Amino acid sequence: MSGQSLTLSQHADTMVEDWSADKETFHVPWGKVMMWIFLVSDTFIFSCFLVGYMKLRRTVTAPWPYPSEVFSLEIFGNPVPLILIAIMTFILITSSGTMALAVRAAQHRDKSAVFKLMAVTAFFGCCFVGMQMFEWSKLIAEGVRPWGNPWGAMQFGSVFFMVTGFHGLHVSCGVIYLMIVAFKVLKGDYDKKNDYSIVEIAGLYWHFVDLVWVFIFAFFYLW
Amino acid sequence: MENVASHSNTQDQGEGQEHPIGIYLKVWILLFVLSFFSYLVDYFDFQGMVRWSLIIIFMLLKAGFIIAVFMHVMWERMALITAILLPPLLLITLIGFMISEGLYVFGARVEYLGQPAAAERNHVEHGDSHEGAYHEASMEGGH
Repeated sequence: MSGQSLTLSQHADTMVEDWSADKETFHVPWGKVMMWIFLVSDTFIFSCFLVGYMKLRRTVTAPWPYPSEVFSLEIFGNPVPLILIAIMTFILITSSGTMALAVRAAQHRDKSAVFKLMAVTAFFGCCFVGMQMFEWSKLIAEGVRPWGNPWGAMQFGSVFFMVTGFHGLHVSCGVIYLMIVAFKVLKGDYDKKNDYSIVEIAGLYWHFVDLVWVFIFAFFYLW
Repeated sequence: MENVASHSNTQDQGEGQEHPIGIYLKVWILLFVLSFFSYLVDYFDFQGMVRWSLIIIFMLLKAGFIIAVFMHVMWERMALITAILLPPLLLITLIGFMISEGLYVFGARVEYLGQPAAAERNHVEHGDSHEGAYHEASMEGGH
């Protein structure tokens, strides 16, 4: 039965055993190891962006625009701060939840449930990208450029377009990746070897995109 | 050792692992609540130390739950966990260097270039004549 964690000394034992034995170190499908290697390297890319942004904020002497006012929307005549970003955050979390359920359905070999849940996940991903397009075009119309904006430090635009653009690209690629896997599940491509680990691997990627957004939300939109 | 290696909690083929649906739903709800809290930090306009500490705490909690449960890291074996979580710790070095470098650059700009140490932040107005506003701003910037 799963669910309990090992004690610390048991962990130490497995660690020594896995690295010293004359066999493979990671007891997971190779695709999962490869995905983790990719995600760790992607972590460094996004970290470079965010650390670069942190340094910008430390060095800029021009006033930084208030993000919560930049991203406010007027709803029934009242400006609500940061509301679009909040909705985007909730959409992305929802999609992470449906993806987690899809991984579970794959373990039960429930192909139609896997397909439906992954399609819903991809749909939420599309909503997210759509809202990001709306946000970009609104800001561009208001005069935000990578080299300037009407409200303060010119670096605001360059950080915004680079960080959210790179994240949006990840979401878009994720949508395509999820749909490819979902259709292959439906076709029964993974039945030959009865190996559905690809669904969990695609899920890792999707959760990672959500994870990156957590940091962007905290550092760029709330700071 | 033998016993530990075949411990059923740590999956051997990666694919056989299965967890009760409840934990996913609980974490899901928790992520919603934490996101809502961090939005409230902005909505109620907390400032200063309260703002930064709340934002960081909610962010780390959310990230931790996503990694541990949604990405299944808490059920993996230690060899994989350390391979995933230890390399990013190097970033602390980079952050440290960049903070110190940033402080130096800021100090130099204020001291030698006469730039303001604490510029007044402008409030954002959304209107229609933004294209014009942008051009004015870039003129004033004089770069």
